[in-house]
Amino acid sequence: MTKSKDMAMSSTVAVPDALGHFGRYGGRYVPEVLMSPLEELEHAYLEASRDPAFQDELKRLLHYYAGRPTPLYLAARLTQNLGGAQIWLKREDLLHTGAHKINNCLGQILLARRMGKQRIIAETGAGQHGVATATVCALFGMQCVVYMGEEDIRRQRLNVFRMRLLGAEVVSVANGSRTLKDAISEAMRDWVTNVATTHYLLGSALGAHPYPMMVRDFHKVIGEETRAQAIEQMGKLPDAIFACVGGGSNAIGIFYPFLKDESVRLIGVEAGGKGNKLGEHAARFSGGVPGVLHGTLSYLLQDEEGQVGLTHSISAGLDYAAIGPEHAWLHDGQRAEYVSISDAGALTAARTLARTEGIIPALESSHAIAEAIRRAPLEPESIFVVNVSGRGDKDIDIYRENMPELDV
Amino acid sequence: MPLQTTTRIAGLFQKKKAEGRKAFIAYLTGGDPSPDHTASLILALERGGADLIELGVPFSDPIADGPVIQRASERALQAGTTVPKLLTIVRQVRQHSEIPIILFSYLNPLLRYGFERLARDTADAGIDGVLLTDLSVEEAAEPVNRLREYCLDTVFLAAPTSTERRLQLVAEHSSAFVYLVSRTGVTGEQVSLSQAAAPLVNRMRRLTSLPLAVGFGISTPEQVAQVAEIADGVVVGTAIVRRIEKYAGSADLATELESYIKELTAPLRSV
Repeated sequence: MTKSKDMAMSSTVAVPDALGHFGRYGGRYVPEVLMSPLEELEHAYLEASRDPAFQDELKRLLHYYAGRPTPLYLAARLTQNLGGAQIWLKREDLLHTGAHKINNCLGQILLARRMGKQRIIAETGAGQHGVATATVCALFGMQCVVYMGEEDIRRQRLNVFRMRLLGAEVVSVANGSRTLKDAISEAMRDWVTNVATTHYLLGSALGAHPYPMMVRDFHKVIGEETRAQAIEQMGKLPDAIFACVGGGSNAIGIFYPFLKDESVRLIGVEAGGKGNKLGEHAARFSGGVPGVLHGTLSYLLQDEEGQVGLTHSISAGLDYAAIGPEHAWLHDGQRAEYVSISDAGALTAARTLARTEGIIPALESSHAIAEAIRRAPLEPESIFVVNVSGRGDKDIDIYRENMPELDV
Repeated sequence: MPLQTTTRIAGLFQKKKAEGRKAFIAYLTGGDPSPDHTASLILALERGGADLIELGVPFSDPIADGPVIQRASERALQAGTTVPKLLTIVRQVRQHSEIPIILFSYLNPLLRYGFERLARDTADAGIDGVLLTDLSVEEAAEPVNRLREYCLDTVFLAAPTSTERRLQLVAEHSSAFVYLVSRTGVTGEQVSLSQAAAPLVNRMRRLTSLPLAVGFGISTPEQVAQVAEIADGVVVGTAIVRRIEKYAGSADLATELESYIKELTAPLRSV
């Protein structure tokens, strides 16, 4: 890990640069119409992040409304059954709305209010970000429109209803692959059109600057808590941290406060889907090359002609062709390691966690759990932390479909 | 950043200015409905009165486009359109016509092709310039340098939301002309010309002597005439693509397009 030292040491101060670059990645690749609004957003965010009143209000909401801090929990039976590394779970699944997404939504809704925006738009894949956005819009009395791919609406019906119950309008997107990618494109078209009145509450560490930085900052509370809890509960830092990576918001949130801690391995888990061919997975680091999608330069699944590739994952939240630019930078600098877990592997891990710990994880989080389970027997001396980014209620239909033996 | 030689595009605007006329700029998505059609459609646009062609490179995720051009991109990709095929099409056009042609694209297909190679191959094929919808001036240094080495014009978009500082940067990075987006929004026809167009033209005139073209939402001869009163060039895209979609299966596609452009450009001939 010595190779990564210089980068790790500089990482918390040097990136992104003033134009939003993480090394060669990131930046701002959008139509000119959006450039001034992005500059305004960046300015408002930097101002808010230095404003103690803003920070206090956010902290208060995270505590009293969302339920922070979340526990760092020793999964004793899982650990015992695997007979290897000690496995701890960061319980983001216990937050209000059932996933880490609420951290970022509370931050951005306060920012939107500060900027005088009345209308909020968002994209959603699994529906977790859509639900969290609908929730904060209800809380602040703002109009909410959520774009969601037709395919994702089909496989995440429960979350669609939750959003509607919360007063949001859910717009079905029937373009392209009818998943997260197309929902983001449609949200960007809305934003281009209504930018004067509307804040785009982007839900992952993706998109044009300042989004990857801002979303990371709103989620870094996950890693800050984990670090303090580890010291308090374990007496030391963990040896490895596992998190699933779609766009990469929960992963960057838990990784970021550990970047300087060289001894802590950071492991991002992508969706391996059902095969290695383009269109069968969402493993950007094994199948992608750098390219530009939705405003940022990062690893991108694409064909020889630069057309964005189709993706597949059983988990809607990981089913996306590009990865957040900071992850691309951490990957190239070898500060974080990225692997993939198949659909089947994630399903098995979900069942294992349910039966050893009484916790039904989201399909997204199950990818990270699977990798920790795979490695635990190989490292009996290690301490692992897995970010359980969301709970599995929304995935019950998919679990049912894939475990017919339980559904008699 | 003026170019060393007079390009076809710069020549066009000089000629128009000398004649006291305005340029008509026609967009079509390359390869729509299939690559076999595109060369003849470009020639039909020229016969109808187009002075400059924006040749769209189809992209899988066209975030700045409305439904009409999105569908055109899908048709073109379905028909197997690629950058090399578009270069072949331009070579075919060049056997018959000297009409200026700009490649109009999202960044990723050209990034994948590689800008060094793109600059060489597009110049060689007879393309005159490149406009990249999602390339901000902040990220443009490398592509602009490569393209300029091959005497290709670079055109950037200015928008009603652009600050004075940004308008200045857009003008500095553009050669031959600047493309003003008449309103905030995606591409598509509008009932009337946006109120934002004239103030944007006025702001930009104070910052540059380059010719100014106005586009987005223009689809009728009346709107063409209105834009011609304030700008040096008028861009029509979606309305043309809609015609191509409507007559895609018809043997009359090229003649229909030609007569439609004649209608649209009539006000420019009488000005």
